[in-house]
Amino acid sequence: MTSLAKRQEYRNLFKQNVERRLLVDKIMRLVVIACVITAIVPLGSILVEVFRNGAAAISIEFLTQTPGAIGSGEGGIGPAIQGTLIIIGMASMIGGPIGIMSGIFLAEFGDNKLARSVRFFNDVFMEFPSIVLGIFAFLVIVLVLGHFSVWAGAFALALIMFPIVARTTEESLKMVPITYREAGMALGLKQWVVTTRVVISAAKSGLVTGVLLAVARIGGETAPLIMTILGSSIFFKSLDTPMDALPLRIWRMSLLPYDSAQLQGWGAALVLIIIILAINLGVRYFVLKKRNTGIFGRLINQRRHENR
Amino acid sequence: MTALTVEPNLVHAQKTLAPTENPRGDRFKMIAENVTISYGGVAAVKDVTMKFKEKTVTALIGPSGCGKTTFLRCLNRMHDMTKNAKVEGKVMIDGIDLYSKDIDPIYHRRKVGMVFQKPNPFPTMSIYDNVTAGLRLNGVKNKKILGEIVEDTLKMAYLWDEVKDDLKKPAIELSGGQQQRLCIARALAIQPEVLLMDEPASALDPIATQKIEETITELKKEFTIIIVTHNMQQAVRVSDYTGFMYLGDLIEFRETKKIFEDPKSELTAKYVQGQFG
Repeated sequence: MTSLAKRQEYRNLFKQNVERRLLVDKIMRLVVIACVITAIVPLGSILVEVFRNGAAAISIEFLTQTPGAIGSGEGGIGPAIQGTLIIIGMASMIGGPIGIMSGIFLAEFGDNKLARSVRFFNDVFMEFPSIVLGIFAFLVIVLVLGHFSVWAGAFALALIMFPIVARTTEESLKMVPITYREAGMALGLKQWVVTTRVVISAAKSGLVTGVLLAVARIGGETAPLIMTILGSSIFFKSLDTPMDALPLRIWRMSLLPYDSAQLQGWGAALVLIIIILAINLGVRYFVLKKRNTGIFGRLINQRRHENR
Repeated sequence: MTALTVEPNLVHAQKTLAPTENPRGDRFKMIAENVTISYGGVAAVKDVTMKFKEKTVTALIGPSGCGKTTFLRCLNRMHDMTKNAKVEGKVMIDGIDLYSKDIDPIYHRRKVGMVFQKPNPFPTMSIYDNVTAGLRLNGVKNKKILGEIVEDTLKMAYLWDEVKDDLKKPAIELSGGQQQRLCIARALAIQPEVLLMDEPASALDPIATQKIEETITELKKEFTIIIVTHNMQQAVRVSDYTGFMYLGDLIEFRETKKIFEDPKSELTAKYVQGQFG
């Protein structure tokens, strides 16, 4: 046993510096708040700027009509809105399932050489400049088929999407405690049933967040679309022809020297932001039904319940 | 606290396995033969042989780290999920070796229910869905049968009266003791023949513990139960046989009464008298 004097000495160690530590605590709190503000100000000012400049352009014609003559300020971005929805939908159909399944593979069977190399290349892939993927799609689809097409664009965006989805899926599946897997195994369930019915349903909100992050990312991609769907001023005709999309429209409008075109560009940017926001809220609402589902919400609820 | 020094011969001297003496011709539901379990080459359970009589409760006791949970988990092949874990020996259930190469553990896990130390109801499922999970996810769809089984198993787990009007409530909103009884019901719903329980009451208060013990006593009529417990009084209250483990060895395995009243091994005597643990 330690002597009483020694123990008192140990205790004294803690008593010192209280004021200094309180001060450090305060300073750190201020630093953190300052960092949050630094992060929010640019984001907020971008949103405000887009709303301020773009709101004036919004009208029924603007949202539904094809573009008018350059510089006339007439017409709208109908084809671009339609094209963005189509291309996001198609890319998600291709990239989403592949990404989710790779994520499941990495999380559930990810402890071997193959999975480790898949994870590594996946991470490298995630950091690829999107223009490179656009060029790749250009080489393997556009050049081979001989024309720009919606297919090529969806392929390029899916390539951007799936590494992001794979990574977030893996991370959210790994968050599910092993005790749930054990409970499932102990009930005599096959491993894939445990994975699909127990683990995934517990990690649902994480999965959805991952897919939505990826959708937001591809929704704003411009470079790969220049190489693949090219842009167009008419409504969607077929998957084998060029198509318009909002990022392309914004890019083209902003390059024009006319005020009316610039205004339309701002309007298109505002529409794009609203579409991404709507997809986010909509998917969250429909897939997760309500807030506080999925494992994180449940755990929060449980804690609340325990505290009661 | 003085550390207990164990003479090596004491540990290995006593390996009497009472239930092998079988004058009344009892049927053994499960037999573990020469089971050695190691993690990354370090043995956690050493050459343990135990036979479990049908419709009895066997308690595994011993100080922390003695390998009793590790041993219990091997009876259900739960070590399949642990990397580095290696199980040697035989675990027979109804005469079939659970560890033989051509056996799919799934079918045997359906014969063996397991209740874990910490309540682990599926977080996204309701009470009803939790109880029926093992059935629904194995393809049972008949609503009427599912309903019957839910009522039956929740009654067996003494939970029915508390939740019968709330079956759609998320399981995670139940209290800890209720969650544990829900997990018992979930394990019973797959109609197992053996029930493995890993310190099912260690996280519960005395009242919930008592309820769980009543449940065990009731379940004994139908099931073969193997329970790991830290609590010696609990072993006395619920079990027919008790195995005492120490540092991975099975020191003594006899009728509970005998082990507590007249232990053969000096080590067992010291443990059950509370001299270490």
